[in-house]
Amino acid sequence: MGAVTETLLLALVVVTALAFDFTNGFHDTGNAMATSIATRALKPRTAVALSAVLNLVGAFLSLAVAATIAKGIVDAGVITLPVVLAGLVGGIVWNLITWLFGIPSSSSHALVGGMVGAVLAAVGTSGVLWEGVIAKVLVPALIAPVVAIAVAGLGTWLVARLTRGVPQDVTNRGFRWGQIGSASLVSLAHGTNDAQKSMGIILLALIAGGAVPADSGVPFWVIVSCALAMAIGTYLGGWRVIRTLGKGLVEIDTRQGMAAETSSAAVILLSSHFGFSLSTTHVATGSVLGSGVGMPGAKVRWSVAGRMFVAWMVTLPAAGLVGALCHWLESSIGGAAGTIAVFLLLIVASAAIWVASRRKPVDHTNVNEAWDEEKGASLEAVAATTGEAGGERVGPVPAVATASSVAPAVGAVGTVSAPSNPKVGA
Amino acid sequence: MNFIEWGALGQVLVAGLIVGAGIPALFALGLRLLAGTTPVDAPAAPSSAPRGSDANEAPTARAVAIPRPSPARLAGAIACMGVVVGAIAFGLVFLVSGGH
Repeated sequence: MGAVTETLLLALVVVTALAFDFTNGFHDTGNAMATSIATRALKPRTAVALSAVLNLVGAFLSLAVAATIAKGIVDAGVITLPVVLAGLVGGIVWNLITWLFGIPSSSSHALVGGMVGAVLAAVGTSGVLWEGVIAKVLVPALIAPVVAIAVAGLGTWLVARLTRGVPQDVTNRGFRWGQIGSASLVSLAHGTNDAQKSMGIILLALIAGGAVPADSGVPFWVIVSCALAMAIGTYLGGWRVIRTLGKGLVEIDTRQGMAAETSSAAVILLSSHFGFSLSTTHVATGSVLGSGVGMPGAKVRWSVAGRMFVAWMVTLPAAGLVGALCHWLESSIGGAAGTIAVFLLLIVASAAIWVASRRKPVDHTNVNEAWDEEKGASLEAVAATTGEAGGERVGPVPAVATASSVAPAVGAVGTVSAPSNPKVGA
Repeated sequence: MNFIEWGALGQVLVAGLIVGAGIPALFALGLRLLAGTTPVDAPAAPSSAPRGSDANEAPTARAVAIPRPSPARLAGAIACMGVVVGAIAFGLVFLVSGGH
């Protein structure tokens, strides 16, 4: 009976880890592609397909798997399979809840939060390294957006200065390609970083369950399944999150989009290089904010940003609460029944959140609608809003329009990047 | 315990500002050198030019024609774009080499 329970637990952990990988891709599509979708540099479907392919490729690019979960945050000695399962469920549920509200929040932090909660439920406060929680989770969540806002803000300001007087259609076309390129780099970086986390979890579970030897590398089927789970999640696209990032924070044009994505790529890669890990989501969100801060005349919806910061601070305790509840349920029922109960809880919770999301669906057809108004607001309202916000927004165009065909509409609105300063144009 | 590694944070911030803001700026400079500028009181020309041509090629067939850039401007633009492409290649190498 014990062996059956172990095998069942192992199988469920693997499935749940893949499910987390799926929600990770699903939730984080927006980090790379929201700006390209919002500026119509890419059609929504094309953008998520490109991001999915790059995530898939990225997962195979580098296999330097750190086979540790929440290293330095919880005591490695207390991580058992039931704890991992409860932690994963906590991470998934929090990912889905933030998706429902369209909040870009860190998938890694959700996972860490779920693990911390599960460990608390399993062995109490002694199992958690609180200094690690503060230094590796809470403080970076505060710092990442600040760094990204600074970098993207400066980049956007420089770009705005340098493109003053350059014809709009030229900048639109040029920056469209720049934006696609930089967004692709962010997608690739996400694939290499985040698919590894799920691979690490599955490898640990396999080792703990005795399915592979302790010094084993990552089995090929694990690599393939993790890469596929993340790519499918990315392709389905967390449209709610994409919408918030692309339309909710700042009305952006291709120049801002390119500056924001380059900032994201640079900060993400540099932070991992210098060993100061920052969440991709926090950096990407900060970069979008920075592109609004740096662009003269653009306005940033700080109320939306404020809700996000709150969510980031709540991520750890909230995912932790779910993780703790799951572990409590698991251990109080006990055995295979407890494991199955937790898994069923995950399915029921996911289904409930999905049903709730259908009441106000967001998909590739309405991802770019005007932000302020309730769903169904007319496109004319966008024209008024974008005109007021000052010039070079991508105007109200049919979903099939491309960046260059937008130029006439925007030209009619007038350009803000060319204020009355004749000497620049000379 | 020191909750913030100020050294690493400083490095990320400085390098991030140089790379993350410098690359878009170089890209913008390259475009500016290629395309030139129009007098500010002339609004951007409505264009029906087909999309899809690369940023690196000088757009000439246009409602308001943009003159072909001088060799010096062209060289400057190529240098700017070269640095941008080099940075992207470096980023790719960094990812592939597992430096993350």
